[in-house]
Amino acid sequence: MKSLQRAWHRHSPQLFLGELLEKRWMEPIIPFTLTIAVFLAFAVMIPRYLTAGSLQELMRNFAEQGMVAVAMAFSVLSGGIDLSVGAVFAMSNFLALYLYLIIGLPLPVTFVLVVLFGAVMGAINGGLIAYGKTRPFLTTLVVLIIVRAAYNKVTVAFTNELASIDSGSSTWDFMGSGRVLGIPFNMLVLILLAVGTHFFLTRIKPGVHIMAVGSSRKAARHAGVNVKRVLFSAYVMSGAISALAGILYAARQSSSGTDTGVGWEINALAAVVLGGISLAGGRGTIARAVMGAAIIFMLTSGMVRLGISGNLTTAIIGIILLLAVGFNVKWVKNKGKVLQKVYVTPSWVDFEPPPSVERGSGTPFAENDRLKNAEAIALNMIEGPEDIILDRRDNLYTVNRNGSIIRFLAPDYTVREEFARIGGRPLGLAFDRDQNLLVCIAGMGVYGVKPDRSVFKVTDRTTRTRTRLKDDSRLYLADDLDVAPDGRIYFSEASTRYELTDWALDGFEGRGNGRLICHDPKTGTTRTVLKNLTFPNGICISHDGQSVLWASTWLCQINRYWIAGPKAGTSEVLIDNLPGYCDNINRASDGKYWLAFVGLRTPVYDLAMRNPVFRTRMVKQIPPDEWLCPGINYGCVVKFDDNGVVTESLWDPGGLSHPTITSVREHKGYLYIGGLENNRIGRVHLQDADPTWEAHKSYWGGA
Amino acid sequence: MTGSSGARGPKLTQTTAVLAMCAALIVVFSIFLNGFLTLGNLFALARNISILGILALGMAVVVIGRGLDLSQVASFAASTAIAIILMNSGYATPVALFIGFVMAIAIGFLNGFLISVIEMPPLLTTLASSLAVLGVVRTTAVQHYVVYLSKGHDEFLRLGGNVWGGVPISILIFAATAVVVHLFLSRTVIGRFVYAHGDNPDAARQTGLPTRPLTMIEYALCAAIGYIGGVVMVAQTALMHLQVAESTIIFDVIMVVVLGGVSLVGGRGNVMSVIAGTLLIGVLLNGMTIMDMDVQTQNIVKGIVLLIAILLDSRLHPRDEETSKQGD
Repeated sequence: MKSLQRAWHRHSPQLFLGELLEKRWMEPIIPFTLTIAVFLAFAVMIPRYLTAGSLQELMRNFAEQGMVAVAMAFSVLSGGIDLSVGAVFAMSNFLALYLYLIIGLPLPVTFVLVVLFGAVMGAINGGLIAYGKTRPFLTTLVVLIIVRAAYNKVTVAFTNELASIDSGSSTWDFMGSGRVLGIPFNMLVLILLAVGTHFFLTRIKPGVHIMAVGSSRKAARHAGVNVKRVLFSAYVMSGAISALAGILYAARQSSSGTDTGVGWEINALAAVVLGGISLAGGRGTIARAVMGAAIIFMLTSGMVRLGISGNLTTAIIGIILLLAVGFNVKWVKNKGKVLQKVYVTPSWVDFEPPPSVERGSGTPFAENDRLKNAEAIALNMIEGPEDIILDRRDNLYTVNRNGSIIRFLAPDYTVREEFARIGGRPLGLAFDRDQNLLVCIAGMGVYGVKPDRSVFKVTDRTTRTRTRLKDDSRLYLADDLDVAPDGRIYFSEASTRYELTDWALDGFEGRGNGRLICHDPKTGTTRTVLKNLTFPNGICISHDGQSVLWASTWLCQINRYWIAGPKAGTSEVLIDNLPGYCDNINRASDGKYWLAFVGLRTPVYDLAMRNPVFRTRMVKQIPPDEWLCPGINYGCVVKFDDNGVVTESLWDPGGLSHPTITSVREHKGYLYIGGLENNRIGRVHLQDADPTWEAHKSYWGGA
Repeated sequence: MTGSSGARGPKLTQTTAVLAMCAALIVVFSIFLNGFLTLGNLFALARNISILGILALGMAVVVIGRGLDLSQVASFAASTAIAIILMNSGYATPVALFIGFVMAIAIGFLNGFLISVIEMPPLLTTLASSLAVLGVVRTTAVQHYVVYLSKGHDEFLRLGGNVWGGVPISILIFAATAVVVHLFLSRTVIGRFVYAHGDNPDAARQTGLPTRPLTMIEYALCAAIGYIGGVVMVAQTALMHLQVAESTIIFDVIMVVVLGGVSLVGGRGNVMSVIAGTLLIGVLLNGMTIMDMDVQTQNIVKGIVLLIAILLDSRLHPRDEETSKQGD
């Protein structure tokens, strides 16, 4: 029973759901399903709905409405709205008929003139909205009224001519009723238009600018986008696309009735909103507009075929619009909250009681005062030295919260200089054979700094897990690294589900979200060595160079992964059930290893780790500052050997000057201490250590 | 008029400018249009503008609260149609009118609810709700576009008639409504809240004004005053043509409100602005009718005037486009 529960928590469907909600293609899933559902419903209800002829007829009738929806999508994506699309469409329909069939202009000239007319109408809208700073809704509504009134006037004036027109050339007829590979010509134009505009909006600069302005006008302006011109262009495009739809409609219908295009702007708006294009602008795709249009079209045309009155159809469109907008508003507002509630999925972790850390208990972990009098280096000159390292000339390097590598010069470490500025949140440090400083950067990957201070990228991606929904090829949270004798870089990625700032959430999950990754500089390849590791943190190549030691923070384990020798490729737990949460591991002068405890286990938190449901409730129901978190207000460092035996510990009781210790480095008889949130680097003299030992020699030999 | 109007120049000048323009237009029309300056035409003008004016008073309440109600016409058309049907089927006139009134208020509250609680953009909400209301009423209760009031309601129809030798009662109703709305906006706490709400909704909410109920009240008032206009319309014509909701009346109403100086940014203008706007549009429409322009041409002219009004409004009362919400 217990193991079943454990398996349930390990492979919870909630994991899948949380990662599913994160996917961008999930956003249009509702309109997509709805499209399919409506189609299937009518296929069942209406006889002969699925015959080729019926489908062709549907596509033929749909195409222009789809185009008008695309036109509407342009304005909505730019952060506005264009209600004049229906009227411009109708007027273009008339103009095409008039210019081509009544006046007798050549078809290309007609085409150009009509599209130009649409563009001019769009320019009026765009000019008023962008340069006159009027409101899009009212402005385009008034343009709708004016154009519509003008349309009604001219259609009445030309009733007789329009009634007696004869369809012109075969090209015109082909535009109206031709097919390519069984697809009606106008549908083909819609497909090409949709693909073209999609590329325009996502790949081409002016199009991307439209999306940018729609997302945030202010940000776009700050980024140097000419907001007014972009807005203007969006309405011009919208008008031109409506005009194109009008021409195709003219070729198909060869008539211009009083109800042509009436209410199309409402249908297009409903389509756009139903497709999930946010009315706040900048969110959505052309494909969604077309999907929404397809739903509206199938509903209206299907209801006509079912004999439902037009009034009910109007009511249904109105209600759909209300529901869709309401849902859209609420979803955009609350999506983050939903995701957060669903995303965190704690697992079941069983702990044995840890060895005692009581003062005088006789265990190697017993509390003492050995770090209490640590000398403070760089006091208040550094923020969050997660890792520290010393070079061959004794200079001290450390990472800073603001994304830079800081160097303190030997011998007294009072001169501070910014060695390199990379960005992100730098964490683990290591030197390679050529004295390049390699650094793991949360949110970016692994980078390097040459001795001449130039920065280069080592790697920022690895192999993707094919069985996972989430794309984990990018490095999320590279934490610590070390370099093997053959030059290969082994580094840990602590979590593929959380950013660094959310490390506590990963802790609540206690799940194998992390990875051990190997980068080979010789071939330039990066591959994942071990996955599903629970917060792999510190990484250290053993003294013999045959294995990688890695620390699992939440499981309080030290593990060994063999990279050479008879057991190469296998993995084993070296130390289990440590009393603290392990962080970085580094070599010590006597053939052993230093391990920093970032925090200490407490019975309460151990109990909580055994109860996933409790942790889920905690995350969902109480504010973050009241969450039960691992105790990190301690300062403790331990030393262990290759057999997994802990031999001694050094304490700063109460963590007065060195809480949350994340890294310790030994260098020439001194121990240097860094912490994730500290304002200093500590240094203590080690009585029995080799005063000439330095890590660089240990890794790469003397000289 | 609103206490603060004296301190701020542009509002006052806009209202007076509109009045001046109106006077100029009257002079021009009197000289060049035959039959404009006759008592009969002036009474006809009064009859015509009174409905527009009543509707605009309702709209002004919403616009001052930084909203816009595109469903006003649909809501009064639907609810008066229901009232007529009830009257025809034998309900006492006050009862039938009251039921229609309740329906109009309910639609207003629903709009206000969707806008304030669900936080949907007002323009879209009211556009969609007008479609929904009309569609539902047409499918359930009203079979045809035109609903005629059957014979035997002379008492009620007197509302659409004249008194004192030709003064239309409708203009008196307009005047009475204007006084009541003016007192409401300038003398009651809720009226002052409406101004605060429109001037800066966030500040109003943070000060502790109940902005959500306030929004519902604004839209309900708009629908209720619109319903009065609808009743006057029925009294004048003894019928309700549901296509009125698809006509451009709603834009005439917005035009009146915006032209008079009740800015769309909210918190500006007062009843006097609405009266000024009503007079100007009334004179313009009347003049165009005398000139025998067809409806389409009138629409084009009105549209252009409205565009200019919107453009001027956004010049005089600029809004912060970078933070403005979609649907404005």
